[in-house]
Amino acid sequence: MPRDNSIKSVLVIGSGPIVIGQACEFDYSGTQACRVLRAEGVRVVLVNSNPATIMTDPEFADATYVEPITPEYLESIIAKERPDAILATLGGQTALNAAMKLDELGILAKYQVRLIGADIPAIKRGENREEFRTIVEKVGGESARSVICHKIEECLEAARTLNYPVVVRPSFTMGGLGSGIAFDEAELLLIAGAGLQYSPVTEVLLEESIIGWKEYELEVMRDHKDNVVIVCSIENVDPMGVHTGDSITVAPALTLTDVEFQKLRDLAISIIREVGVATGGCNIQFAVNPRDGRIVVIEMNPRVSRSSALASKATGFPIAKIATKLAIGYSLEEIPNDITEKTPASFEPTLDYIVVKIPRFAFEKFPEADQRLTTTMKSVGEAMAMGRSFPEALQKALRSLEKKGSEFDWNFTRSKEDLLESMRIPTEFRLQEVQQGLALGASIADVHKATGIDPWFLAQIQLINQLAEELKGCADLNQEILRRAKRMGFSDRQIGRLRGIDESEVRALRWRNLIRPVYKTVDTCAGEFEAFTPYHYSSYDLTSEIKPRTKPAIIILGSGPNRIGQGIEFDYSCVHACFALSEAGYETIMINCNPETVSTDYDTSDRLYFEPLTLEDVLEVFHAEVAAGPVLGVITQLGGQTPLGLAAGLAKEGVPIIGTSVAAIHKAEDRGEFGQVLKETGLNAPAFGTAFSYIEAKQVANDIGYPVLVRPSFVLGGRGMEIVYDEESLQGFIERATEINPEHPVLIDRFLDNAIEIDVDALFDGKTVYLAGIMEHIEEAGVHSGDSACVIPPQSISESMTMEIFATTEKLARAIDVRGLLNVQYAISEGKLFVIEANPRASRTVPYVSKATGVSLAKAAALIASGKSIAELRELEILPRASIGTSYGIAVKEAVLPWNRFRRTDGKNVDSTLGPEMKSTGEVMGIAPDFGSAFAKSQMAAFGALPKSGSVFISLADRDKTQAVESARSLHELGFKLYATAGTQSILASEGIETELVMKHSEKTGIENKSAVDLIESGEINLVINTPFGRDSKKDGWFIRSSAVARGIACITTIPGLKAAVSGIKSLRNGPISTKSLQDWTRK
Amino acid sequence: MMVNASSGYLVLDDGTIFEGEAWGATGEAFGEIVFTTGMTGYQETLTDPSYFNQVVVMTAPHIGNTGMNKSDEESRRIWVSAFVVRDPSPLVSNWRSERSLEDELNKYGVVGLSGVDTRAITLHIRERGAMRVGIFTKGNLTREEMVTRVRNTPQMAGSYLADSVSIQKSEVIPAEIGRDFRIAALDLGIKSATPRNFAKRGVETVLLPVNTDVSEIERGGFDGVFLSNGPGDPSRMNDVVANVRSVLDAEIPIFGICFGHQILGRALGFDTYKLRFGHRGINQPVLNRLKDRVEITAHNHGFAVEAPTEGEFSTVYGPGVVSHISLNDGVVEGLKLLDRPAFSVQYHPEAAGGPHDANYLFDEFVKMLGQYAKR
Repeated sequence: MPRDNSIKSVLVIGSGPIVIGQACEFDYSGTQACRVLRAEGVRVVLVNSNPATIMTDPEFADATYVEPITPEYLESIIAKERPDAILATLGGQTALNAAMKLDELGILAKYQVRLIGADIPAIKRGENREEFRTIVEKVGGESARSVICHKIEECLEAARTLNYPVVVRPSFTMGGLGSGIAFDEAELLLIAGAGLQYSPVTEVLLEESIIGWKEYELEVMRDHKDNVVIVCSIENVDPMGVHTGDSITVAPALTLTDVEFQKLRDLAISIIREVGVATGGCNIQFAVNPRDGRIVVIEMNPRVSRSSALASKATGFPIAKIATKLAIGYSLEEIPNDITEKTPASFEPTLDYIVVKIPRFAFEKFPEADQRLTTTMKSVGEAMAMGRSFPEALQKALRSLEKKGSEFDWNFTRSKEDLLESMRIPTEFRLQEVQQGLALGASIADVHKATGIDPWFLAQIQLINQLAEELKGCADLNQEILRRAKRMGFSDRQIGRLRGIDESEVRALRWRNLIRPVYKTVDTCAGEFEAFTPYHYSSYDLTSEIKPRTKPAIIILGSGPNRIGQGIEFDYSCVHACFALSEAGYETIMINCNPETVSTDYDTSDRLYFEPLTLEDVLEVFHAEVAAGPVLGVITQLGGQTPLGLAAGLAKEGVPIIGTSVAAIHKAEDRGEFGQVLKETGLNAPAFGTAFSYIEAKQVANDIGYPVLVRPSFVLGGRGMEIVYDEESLQGFIERATEINPEHPVLIDRFLDNAIEIDVDALFDGKTVYLAGIMEHIEEAGVHSGDSACVIPPQSISESMTMEIFATTEKLARAIDVRGLLNVQYAISEGKLFVIEANPRASRTVPYVSKATGVSLAKAAALIASGKSIAELRELEILPRASIGTSYGIAVKEAVLPWNRFRRTDGKNVDSTLGPEMKSTGEVMGIAPDFGSAFAKSQMAAFGALPKSGSVFISLADRDKTQAVESARSLHELGFKLYATAGTQSILASEGIETELVMKHSEKTGIENKSAVDLIESGEINLVINTPFGRDSKKDGWFIRSSAVARGIACITTIPGLKAAVSGIKSLRNGPISTKSLQDWTRK
Repeated sequence: MMVNASSGYLVLDDGTIFEGEAWGATGEAFGEIVFTTGMTGYQETLTDPSYFNQVVVMTAPHIGNTGMNKSDEESRRIWVSAFVVRDPSPLVSNWRSERSLEDELNKYGVVGLSGVDTRAITLHIRERGAMRVGIFTKGNLTREEMVTRVRNTPQMAGSYLADSVSIQKSEVIPAEIGRDFRIAALDLGIKSATPRNFAKRGVETVLLPVNTDVSEIERGGFDGVFLSNGPGDPSRMNDVVANVRSVLDAEIPIFGICFGHQILGRALGFDTYKLRFGHRGINQPVLNRLKDRVEITAHNHGFAVEAPTEGEFSTVYGPGVVSHISLNDGVVEGLKLLDRPAFSVQYHPEAAGGPHDANYLFDEFVKMLGQYAKR
């Protein structure tokens, strides 16, 4: 049956801010959905609070609502747009939960809007553990023995029958939030207690332990005719016990016979039918006992998931795209396979290569956190690599992580016994421990016993070790051994390290021996049919499949695995560059290794290379493409620090860098050179110095005067940055946080207390500056800009200061000699403008500024890099005539922090303080006609709906107390119960506002009296108001905030925010809330 | 030319040579080169008699990971004439494994080649079609000599291979539950999954050699006749085709798979033809036109039946339809007579290896046996 013509408009629900467990894979899936629907002539209404996404770009939908994904806002949008259907299966758990809530509240029925993809009963059958178990049993499968519990006493009772260890899984949470393994009663109390809180239905499942079993996932698709296909099988290298998002995984499954694989396939098909996912994708997880093959079905997601994004990239079968087509009525055999063109989508991709995915963690940002990997997902990103063998793909994936210590290494610092002991506990670097352990003589049997990793994988790692041994021992690096090493995935750098020579020397030798990678094609069919989509990966094999071309090409370097400080925002810029340059007549070539992104969708660029972003790998792609046709150059300024860091090396090898030159990058990044720039332009900067030792650092700090901001050079996301108030902490910082040496100096800046911080994104073409947006930070100075809420246009700076910012930005752009994007951070202290830093690249605020001002900055930047001038872009109406971008309405960006993911080894929340080191994973935007409403929206989008009634905790800084009185009074009058700390209470009491006293966490003396934090943690508080007190009680404030965040309670930290929240609450209670699409905002 | 002790060569009819490493038994082996795209099921492939006289290239790079075990064997031995893989497994990891793949190749003297760019070979075959090939892992031949040897071997088109793979004496595979029916299965190279599927459904299979006289079948009192898969060119099977016509006349239910399907097609009066490089994989979409449903199926065929795919066709045995077609290339994948109890599929509903989507065909045959029993 062709498409269902009764569906004329569809509401697509996005997944909101990037959080651990729900990242930009849902931008990839949602963007595909929007594209498909629009191509089919369906009107697309989109809601997503995350401005950093491609999907929320106005051209991807007919009406784009950057609004909170809460029932109130969704209802308002539904009432206004009256869509025929809602597609909620492509926006992760957030969208699915939102759809369920709409159903529960009767909103779906009220507006006669139906869900397409999976309906409510199917979602419930898939997600409700008890119902799912029944289904598994019905189709002849087995589940792990388990007990559903709603109270902690029930948990204790259940554990006695299941025996420890038991697995705790809260119902209806995403990314395994709140789940864990309890080895005894004390652990169970902690984990299950938290799990009950995380579950929106206060339900956890306790389950027999199948830790150490083999773990598999199948990606399944079904259409309305009941045709079912398995898109991909994924095998976890880390056995059961580690969340699949935190596991190293491979596709296809490698250690099952056909008989065993077909059992999983049969079960998966029966389950999707029985659950009744009408159309679309789902994934089903299995555990297989390696001793006897017993299969246990673990769970299913009745929606597109992180694994679906991985499976799509791994196979070339675009699950989200197909799922959307199925949702509007097509059946699988009616949809062509994009890649082969001639065959249909009703088939099962087969791979003639191996895909390895490795998670990337951010424990360095959370040093207190428990670094053991468990069933709660902790990774913040992932890298994927493809190769013609597992060793090749594995080693490529390891170097794709771009993290020190991730590539296999043969310098041993630990003993075999030590390694064998520590590898028993899964951690970020367990695989490296395994590799070193095997290299030091541990047997496959020993390592298998310690880790549960299948011997097949261990044997492959042993092959790598054997070759390393040969490389180390051979008399000279001849062609034969070099070729074998490259086939095993060794990088030039690794070979160099083994031989004690430089990477470049290895490369030169290799090139002399004509050892170059070939590029194979991801074609879904192992070569059976011709592929028309140039989606490539490298391998040291025989023949290459790169086709010649005539159009000049531009290579765009992506940003690699997501990490804190470098995420989806950079991918956004890269994707826009692809679109803009393609439109301008260039052939666009994308290199990236992040499977979650839109940039690695084969539809985004003309050619896609799924490759690590290292100098070696980029040089090889460049070489292959130069052989294929003209290459104009490489753009390095859009993907964040990763490509920027490669620019100098590439330029040295003669690769043309287009856009901002390498010399200009250095001018901005190098402290000394940048100091010179400031001096020449006569601009103010906080006093600073560079120190090569602690003694020097002490001297510099004394000269500058405390407080000082200290950090290592060349960093992104404020890595290792700290504000130091005295000599003692300076010493602490230097001892703890840096490898201070002549190559790695420490930078010391005067920290401007009580300053207003300003962020600017601008474009420069060599002549003209376009100041795209001025953002004012809402958080106090000292919080990393990525973690701080900010607002466009600025709320507290004068017209003359705006002009000064413009003039200063122009001076900087000219002095650095930027071609494209420039991000500058300023501080205004006592009416004076200071330059904090300048980054000659796309910043993480580019998408936010673009959305707030309706100007696509990344697109303009890419065109400037290709040689267009700002004047020309103005002619083309890509840039406005004005010198400074103006926002439509007031747009507030708020950061979202991952505190609830991290606990200490004692089970307590990590002590979450914000500072100059960035810790947020994502962001939301609120846009409204006034600051108050915009701010309220941003808070709701970040922290959940504002309460309409209940209890409020208030704790205010002295300077804010009088200003807050009216808001407190309003809350009191609205019937909220108010809790306050002593100082706040007395002020409010003097104004006749009644509050209940609660102590600060730091005042707490015993367990009998409750602190504010205790109240929040016990769920008695519905809204937290806590304005920072300055540095002394910062810890108290942030402790309050972090527990609020951990419990998903809205937390207001500023007076404007409080006022806004109160007006927001009033409007929530008084009737229709206001929503407006980006298209309406920009309509003239 | 220097031949390194561990080197091996894959030499094609068109003169193309790929160099790899010797693996399994060493020596020379010849046949038709084919590639199969299944990611699982190498053991089933190796032991499938349909691959007799073929050199199989596995597109999946890692082969041998799960070893070999008795219960996954599709016949009594390995049939491929040589086996080409990229990365043989250095060890075996599976709880059911009994022997390693390489040991098994050595046991049957099957020449192997590893370390070659299997994708390059696959694309070559896709572009140029299946052709003769030789694998040389021993000896000192020059390139020219190797190519000449390859060109002296017989072509697959026109090959009669059934007698080489068929059993010599009949065998009985009893039903697992009850014994509702008893069928004759003509062994043209049958896989053990087929009688297993019958046995599960209460059907006893009497396996007959290929040269069994038709009178024996007619007198045997069988409830049905099964035509198995097998190697070779269906156009060479005139005797068997004639026998099948007799069975059709007798209105004994017939079910054919793969080679058996081609033979039924010929019995109905259709021609067969050689595909450029065939269908070999376990991910092949087939449309069941009678149910308008897609089945993901296992394929292994180099020939196909030429039958009209639009509407009904007529035969001397009454009207029939093309019941299944390949969604990839429109090849006829199933035939069904409308007035007589006979149907066949080009693909493998018995799977092994491969998906079980088309397993229902065994149920349909059993139902047909019931309908025509004692008529």
